[in-house]
Amino acid sequence: MNRLALAAAQIEDFGSLTARTVVAGVEALCDPFGALYLPQTRLLVISDLHLEKGAAFARRGMLLPPYDTLATLKILSAVIARHDPAIVVSLGDNFHDRVGSAHLPDMFRREIAEMARGRDWIWINGNHDPDGAAGLPGQSADELHYAGLVFRHEPSLRAGHGEIAGHLHPSATVRRRDKSVRRPCFATDGRRMLMPAFGVTTGGLDLRHRAMAGLFERENLVAHLLGRDRVYSVRFSNLLA
Amino acid sequence: MGKAFSTGRNCASLALVNANDSSQPGADALPRPFADWFAARRWAPRAHQLELLTRARAGESLLLIAPTGAGKTLAGFLPSLTDLYARGRIKPGSAFTGIHTLYISPLKALAVDIERNLTIPVEEMGLPVRIETRTGDTPQSKRQRQRLNPPDILLTTPEQVALLIANGEAERFFKDLKFVVFDELHSLVTSKRGHLLSLGLARLRRLAPGLRTIGLSATVAEPMDLRRWLVEQATGSDSHAGLVLGPEGARPIITILKSQERVPWSGHSARYAMPEVYQAIREHRTALLFVNTRSQAEMLFQELWNINEETLPIALHHGSLDVAQRRKVEAAMAENRLRAVVATSTLDLGIDWGDVDLVIHVGAPKGASRLAQRIGRANHRMDEPSRAILVPANRFEVMECQAALDANYIGAQDTPPMTDGALDVLAQHVLGMACAAPFDEEALFSEITSAAPYAALPRQTFSRVVDFVATGGYALRTYERYARIRKTKEGLWRVSNPQVAQQYRLNLGTIVEMPMLNLRLVKRNARGSLGRGGASLGKVEEYFLETMSPGDTFLFAGKVLRFEGIRENECLVSQAFSLDPKVPVYAGGKFPLSTYLAEQVRAMLADPDQWRALPDQVRDWLSIQRDISMLPKRDELLIETFPRGSRHYMVIYAFEGRLAHQTLGMLLTRRLERAGLKPLGFVATDYSLAVWALDDLAGAFRSRRPSLGALFDEDMLGDDLEAWLDESWMLKRTFRNCAVIAGLIDQRHPGKEKSGRQVTVSADLIYDVLRSHEPDHILLEATRQDAASGLLDIARLGAMLMRIKGHITHRALDRISPLAVPVMLEIGKEPVSGEAHDSVLAEAAEDLIAEAMGDKEIREASHGEWPDDFGAQRRH
Repeated sequence: MNRLALAAAQIEDFGSLTARTVVAGVEALCDPFGALYLPQTRLLVISDLHLEKGAAFARRGMLLPPYDTLATLKILSAVIARHDPAIVVSLGDNFHDRVGSAHLPDMFRREIAEMARGRDWIWINGNHDPDGAAGLPGQSADELHYAGLVFRHEPSLRAGHGEIAGHLHPSATVRRRDKSVRRPCFATDGRRMLMPAFGVTTGGLDLRHRAMAGLFERENLVAHLLGRDRVYSVRFSNLLA
Repeated sequence: MGKAFSTGRNCASLALVNANDSSQPGADALPRPFADWFAARRWAPRAHQLELLTRARAGESLLLIAPTGAGKTLAGFLPSLTDLYARGRIKPGSAFTGIHTLYISPLKALAVDIERNLTIPVEEMGLPVRIETRTGDTPQSKRQRQRLNPPDILLTTPEQVALLIANGEAERFFKDLKFVVFDELHSLVTSKRGHLLSLGLARLRRLAPGLRTIGLSATVAEPMDLRRWLVEQATGSDSHAGLVLGPEGARPIITILKSQERVPWSGHSARYAMPEVYQAIREHRTALLFVNTRSQAEMLFQELWNINEETLPIALHHGSLDVAQRRKVEAAMAENRLRAVVATSTLDLGIDWGDVDLVIHVGAPKGASRLAQRIGRANHRMDEPSRAILVPANRFEVMECQAALDANYIGAQDTPPMTDGALDVLAQHVLGMACAAPFDEEALFSEITSAAPYAALPRQTFSRVVDFVATGGYALRTYERYARIRKTKEGLWRVSNPQVAQQYRLNLGTIVEMPMLNLRLVKRNARGSLGRGGASLGKVEEYFLETMSPGDTFLFAGKVLRFEGIRENECLVSQAFSLDPKVPVYAGGKFPLSTYLAEQVRAMLADPDQWRALPDQVRDWLSIQRDISMLPKRDELLIETFPRGSRHYMVIYAFEGRLAHQTLGMLLTRRLERAGLKPLGFVATDYSLAVWALDDLAGAFRSRRPSLGALFDEDMLGDDLEAWLDESWMLKRTFRNCAVIAGLIDQRHPGKEKSGRQVTVSADLIYDVLRSHEPDHILLEATRQDAASGLLDIARLGAMLMRIKGHITHRALDRISPLAVPVMLEIGKEPVSGEAHDSVLAEAAEDLIAEAMGDKEIREASHGEWPDDFGAQRRH
């Protein structure tokens, strides 16, 4: 998948590339970049940006060229331009480590400020960045309750209804004949929604993994997979044919 | 007497000529101790050795082309040894003297071997010459001493040369250099390693302006390329080294296995011939069995052991096996304890061991020169003929073997052509030169363009390379630590800080380790979970694993393995109980059919007179093809179409090698897709390409929707190629190599081993970023240059499209033709490629809609209670 190229592309009918769904009665749109848009409230959700992951590695002496922040922000700004949301919620693990936001180079800081202009921006704290986002527009919070939904980083095992969470980086494997394809996905059973990781250097965890156990009613679970240029919706029971 | 020197590289044994014919011209060029030493052994130097000595003394740089066993190595050292003899011993207390002769070999084992074998005659002659090696294994203390007190002759590898010239003391170390000897030059020059070495040589020429070069090479197609490579190039003049030709060796005795069994239509295992191959092993002392891929090596090894009733010691040797296991095989081989070794190209080069008296080539040789060099592995004495048996694995290979045999008979060569110097290598060299001393951009430019591979480099491209080294290019400008060199006030480029030089030394070289994962054999316990520990079986490329799902089985190290998953940096596998691996096997290293052999096979097809040499069954096959369909003329592209089952097939007989066919397959399916013909897949062999579709291809071509001419138009190498490259994992893999060589990504850090997986993730991301935001980045240019000749073989495809323009012949058949059978049998056996298949997702998603009508959510999604124009919806 090359979300970067897609972000730069001219797309006539963006709606046809997305998948529509309903979470706890709220209409939502899964887009092929891994962002969730709630049209009624003009709210955009992204999760697990893991910004400055390359820099975090570099701090530990492992020099990977830090293209990740740049790439993630390029995609994000395309997504924001596309939906023009009133509110942006970044669902935690916004930065790869605690000091990430403080060390963010100025050019990226300016780019985020540009994106946030004229919108509300909420940074939900994650396990990688529990101290909030330093020196960036918007506010930090552990949880957000809004429009009948709860936005938090880690999915809670008890309260599932109306929860939008990240943290687990869900992905799903579709298998047909001899071929199998594994992609990040939105996962929802209509009660809650687990968001795919938005950052470009993030891995994935299969929906069948132990950590996912008990989160969903499997019979209603649908994976909205991020294809190369559109979202594909496949029921959990139908992933492996 | 030859027996005593069974190591082929023994310098002394390379001069086996009866003393009686010592009255050759030039014999008096030999100083006394040399002449006496030869005479004492009743040997005499050979004509080409004396010619080389005389001409080198007269100041010429030279290329010596001679067969294996003709005494190339001794010839290469004679000018140095006689010169050093004339110089005499250096008196203690004299001023510092740098090295006199630099010998460079592609393998460190070879350098070590030469040291041993050169020291003996030097000591026996009592020459005042110090010989030492310097390789990656040389201890730090010895290197230190070598810098302070250099030997006269230093035996080393290309990487060490790069290290030495990037050192601040290089000037002093090399100032007295007289000779540089390149062994196995033919194998060095065509790779990026050769590019780096050519730049190193350019630097050496600057440090020691009078130096002479001596290249030692096996027979090649274009000796002039090597001759230019050896000397300084200047614009507008044609300078090249002199040429010395050795005697011709005894002609090898090559036969094609004429099996009593039926030669199969397709496949690469040659299983049918196993009893005859086994018989040949029994009848010889030691046989080397060459194959083209690791998977073939695995299969052949398994097959032989299945019938090894006498339990002859037969071993397996290929590049992905555990090092310890390989060393064991090599040791056993050197001690003549083995009767046969099944090997891939890991054994193509370098020292030979043991008394190999037979080479068996299983599967087609793919190139005439490759075959000649492999056959040279048997019997390193040039007066005795080597013996070889070719075992074609299928019917096309029978023709290919015949073509290779004919080529060998007339001495035709098809070594790969020299390519332009790679830009990633240049970037590495530029940094290395900054590590040596601050450099002036203009001066360095004129230095590097004196190296043959870079002679045509535009000045502007060089500036971009320097700029890349200085800033890293796009986005990295913001990060201080990627500024590896800086311009001083005086306008010279220097390294930013000492760590840069340290990193450079640690990561230098052009051999990029592919991201490999260790294969660990684990057991499932009673509860079905995987245990820890277990034996390590070797390494596989991460890219191979990307195409696998847990449960898939494949063949490795002689075992059928079940893929269980990846844990950290290891690939876990368990013993599979099935004997029939599902995934075709691990196919590392595939050589495409050489252009020369392809042409010979095409000519053979077109000319029934040439069929006489072929076995009956192959001849019959061709005759039936001629009756049912046709045989393409030499310069014609035959395309057959036919229906089969519910599908429509198109077989393209292009004979351009698997890589070019794969690229062609990718591009054709894109075009057919656009034409609405619903292509489903394709499979490529070295000889042909089969594409299948849901729609009637023959009908579409007949009504010119599209016409075949349009379908095969060269413009497919334009936009279609670009679009495909966006996603191609092959190009990403190429880019990764370039990024590592150019120093954008470090493979190694002091004390921190980065895993291949991290490097891959990081490289893939950089690739995407650059393609979107800086498409003219110098590394993308380097990647395209590589892809043209490498994995995608675009250059060859381009040449073919041009050749066949207006020469396409279409045969619409109502059923499969004999010639189409081989490629059709590959369907289902060969993976199409490792591309990500969104079509699988699309299929699943369609299933969902059809099957899940009861699901409210999906009904909404697919039938759209919401307006399609989401923009209007948004404003609610």
